[in-house]
Amino acid sequence: MNNRYYGRLIFELSKSGRTSYSLPANEFKSNSLDKLPSALVRKSKTILPEVDELTVVRHYTNMSNNNFGVDTGFYPLGSCTMKYNPKINDEISALPQFTALHPLQPAYTVQGALEVYYNVQQSLAEIAGMSEFTLNPYAGAHGELTGLMTIKTYHERRGDTKRTKIIVPNSAHGTNPASAAVCGFEIVEVKSTADGTVDVADLKPLLNDEIAGMMMTNPNTLGIFEKEIPEIAALVHACGGLMYYDGANLNPMLGVCRPGDMGFDVMHINLHKTFSTPHGGGGPGSGPVGVRKGLEQYLPVPHVKKDADGHFFVDFGNNALGSISQFFGNFAVVLRAYAYLLTLGKENIKMVGPLSVLNANYVKEQLKSHYLLPIQGLCKHEFVFDGLLDKSTGVTTLDVAKRLLDYGFHAPTIYFPLLFHEAMMIEPTENESKDTLDEFIATLKTVAEEAISDPDMVKSAPHSTPVRRLDDVKAVKEPHFTFKDYLQ
Amino acid sequence: MAYKYFPHTEADLKDMLRAAGVDSLEALYDDVPDQLKMHRDYNLPSAMSEIEVRRFFEELGKRNQPLTCFAGAGAYDHYTPAVISCITSRSEFLTSYTPYQAEISQGTLQYIFEYQTMMADMTGMEISNASMYDSATATAEAIMMAVAAAKKRRKVLVSATVNPAVLRVVRTYAHFHKIELVMIAEKDGITDLDELRTLLGAGDVAGVVLPQPNYYGIVEDFTGVADACHAAKALMIMNCPASTLAVLRTPGEWGADIAVGDGQSLGIPLSFGGPYIGYMCTSKALIRKMPGRIVGGTTDADGRRAFVLTMQAREQHIRREKATSNICSNQSLMCLFVTIYMALMGEKGLREVNELSSDGAHYLHDELLKTGKFTEFSSKPFLNEFTLRTSLNIDALEKHLAQNDILGGVKAESHDDCIIFAVTEKRSKAEIDKLVSLIKEG
Repeated sequence: MNNRYYGRLIFELSKSGRTSYSLPANEFKSNSLDKLPSALVRKSKTILPEVDELTVVRHYTNMSNNNFGVDTGFYPLGSCTMKYNPKINDEISALPQFTALHPLQPAYTVQGALEVYYNVQQSLAEIAGMSEFTLNPYAGAHGELTGLMTIKTYHERRGDTKRTKIIVPNSAHGTNPASAAVCGFEIVEVKSTADGTVDVADLKPLLNDEIAGMMMTNPNTLGIFEKEIPEIAALVHACGGLMYYDGANLNPMLGVCRPGDMGFDVMHINLHKTFSTPHGGGGPGSGPVGVRKGLEQYLPVPHVKKDADGHFFVDFGNNALGSISQFFGNFAVVLRAYAYLLTLGKENIKMVGPLSVLNANYVKEQLKSHYLLPIQGLCKHEFVFDGLLDKSTGVTTLDVAKRLLDYGFHAPTIYFPLLFHEAMMIEPTENESKDTLDEFIATLKTVAEEAISDPDMVKSAPHSTPVRRLDDVKAVKEPHFTFKDYLQ
Repeated sequence: MAYKYFPHTEADLKDMLRAAGVDSLEALYDDVPDQLKMHRDYNLPSAMSEIEVRRFFEELGKRNQPLTCFAGAGAYDHYTPAVISCITSRSEFLTSYTPYQAEISQGTLQYIFEYQTMMADMTGMEISNASMYDSATATAEAIMMAVAAAKKRRKVLVSATVNPAVLRVVRTYAHFHKIELVMIAEKDGITDLDELRTLLGAGDVAGVVLPQPNYYGIVEDFTGVADACHAAKALMIMNCPASTLAVLRTPGEWGADIAVGDGQSLGIPLSFGGPYIGYMCTSKALIRKMPGRIVGGTTDADGRRAFVLTMQAREQHIRREKATSNICSNQSLMCLFVTIYMALMGEKGLREVNELSSDGAHYLHDELLKTGKFTEFSSKPFLNEFTLRTSLNIDALEKHLAQNDILGGVKAESHDDCIIFAVTEKRSKAEIDKLVSLIKEG
């Protein structure tokens, strides 16, 4: 990354007569396109540019220089688990023996690919304490939706159709209630206690025979372990509901504690968080869904299985739930996660949780002198400050976040969870060294001091990024959604 | 305990534990009830070196048989120019996340803006979102959008010529989202438009889903359909593979309200089904009903043009259960992938790709008919994909061709004596001739 503003669009580099492709000569020359009835043919010209190959390469390279990734620097974006993305994984996912496979090839020609699927399903089941996984969901939110569909199918197949409600804590990720709504559930919100955990007293009266299940993440979005989880699971199970585990915060549990053992029945895992696949600017991810014993038949199809002779096959099964993806999900992402699992092995996977928790507590303890820590005590992989300790300066969490960019750090997740007005959610991951964390701690202390000595400078940050603070309101009031909007 | 992904030295561990106020790594979990802890190692393989990992996957890869591909049915074997993987593997793009901090994410925001511009233009629509997962889920999102826009009507019509793999996903979403799906019958391989008009007549339809080209590869004629939909206050939704948009009448030109489909045909490798990228384009009037991320232009404090995530009041992190969709992430890197592809190919290149594919498909079509083992499924126009009826045992043919490293089309799901063939610019005349001669002798 550099700090020189680039800012050009590919359409502005276009010059009539330039080209950047080459194709074989046409051996058929049947002019089949010209024979299409004119009513079926595109009439309008396209906006696509005419550019040479070097122009394309420089353009996107220059754009990348205005972008910040995990490989650029520390990326403590809470709840997103921005861990290191090992490079060997990318090479494995690009092997032609995998990338060339058509998803509708017969099973006997794709035994290697199906074995990848099968083994990852099995490995995730072991790590999560579940019985069976599907790798079809494309993302975390897609996994949530699939998991909720699984829960609803379970109730429907038992003939229990009055369970129309899902309980969601008010500290949950926004995707939890949104996924439940897409799945056709009503959402019942349960409150949090002062220490940020689910309020069991508030939960009890919500439980009845209309409850299909409850969604939780543990540790929760504040990084606090929900100690009452055995009691919560018992209460929800007693009313006939199922427990859903949002795997967004699975990382700190690796090596220590499994969602299946906590009493969860259905869950998803974000391979792009816990299992190191690159976030790619927002995707593609992968959100495998697991279930406990007895619920396997409610997972979506197709499902990869192994027969008695050790051959892998694709099962379209009982079709209880149906399909949630056109083919088998994001296979190339699953390949990367498998490479990660094999690279770490059982000896190192178990260290991921403890080291991520150590890093988070290390940062938290040293910064609570300058930032407001609303909940004391041990955190897990992440924690939340409620802005600066000194509230007299007028410097907000947004200002602190923007100032961090000037120092070469990505900002934490800000204004989430909604329980605090000035939330700053910090997640360091196990891959960060003490040296990096020390620099980050020192920088955040400096920013806290700048907030007192020169608040205007902090409030107008960033100052040394490719562009300065952006006008979000203008983007809505004077909308430009495509380049054509600039031409009018 | 030194390990390549863990930078903690013994001295670091000691210092950090002390600073964190605990005396051991185990003590960091004192808040976790003991009966919930695992107290054992995972039952997983031991760690492998990089050499061993590479060897492992190379061995596993040998158990796959890459085939010369004449299959389509939603995934097409188009060529990927070398430039693309070189750019998409740049770690500034690859290892970043959703561009929450716009000041250090202009690269991501700018290519999404370019993507939106290109896809809206390809489909002939006004706006595009910043990507869905695949064609099937994009179509499912489109029917939810149509129902949301229609307020009280919850019925959606779907043509029976839609790819069954897309239909399966749409059915799943419809069931849970309480949308009533009604199929429009297939007549001679295309949508029965008379039945569509009859079904619209009831006045209770929120949306209509039509494929172009359809599952069998046929380019359907939707003249008058948009007017019929709009007269019934239903939204017209078209599902089209992205590459064909460069040469076929666009959803916008047909008068469609929402265009969805898969961007995979824009050079994305087959990769056994993913990752691909769904697209969704629509009119400005429907933007507030649209799911997913949208990037918009604005200016920075110095007045320079720059880009941000915008129209966020539709989304789950703000609206929670009232959001237009639960979509959170997007297929950003695949946006970049197809954006570079479209930039490289341009209008001329995309036309040439379609021409080569279509000419090759027509050649294969005619040669197969000459063998006497196939008959026409339909006489309607097609592009790069077509369906033939055959007297051959399709499963035996599949095996025979696979033994010769060829994937000879896909058995049509709804007609088990039919095969759907697809040809791309990657297939040479020699490869097509080999396929035909294997069928002749088989």
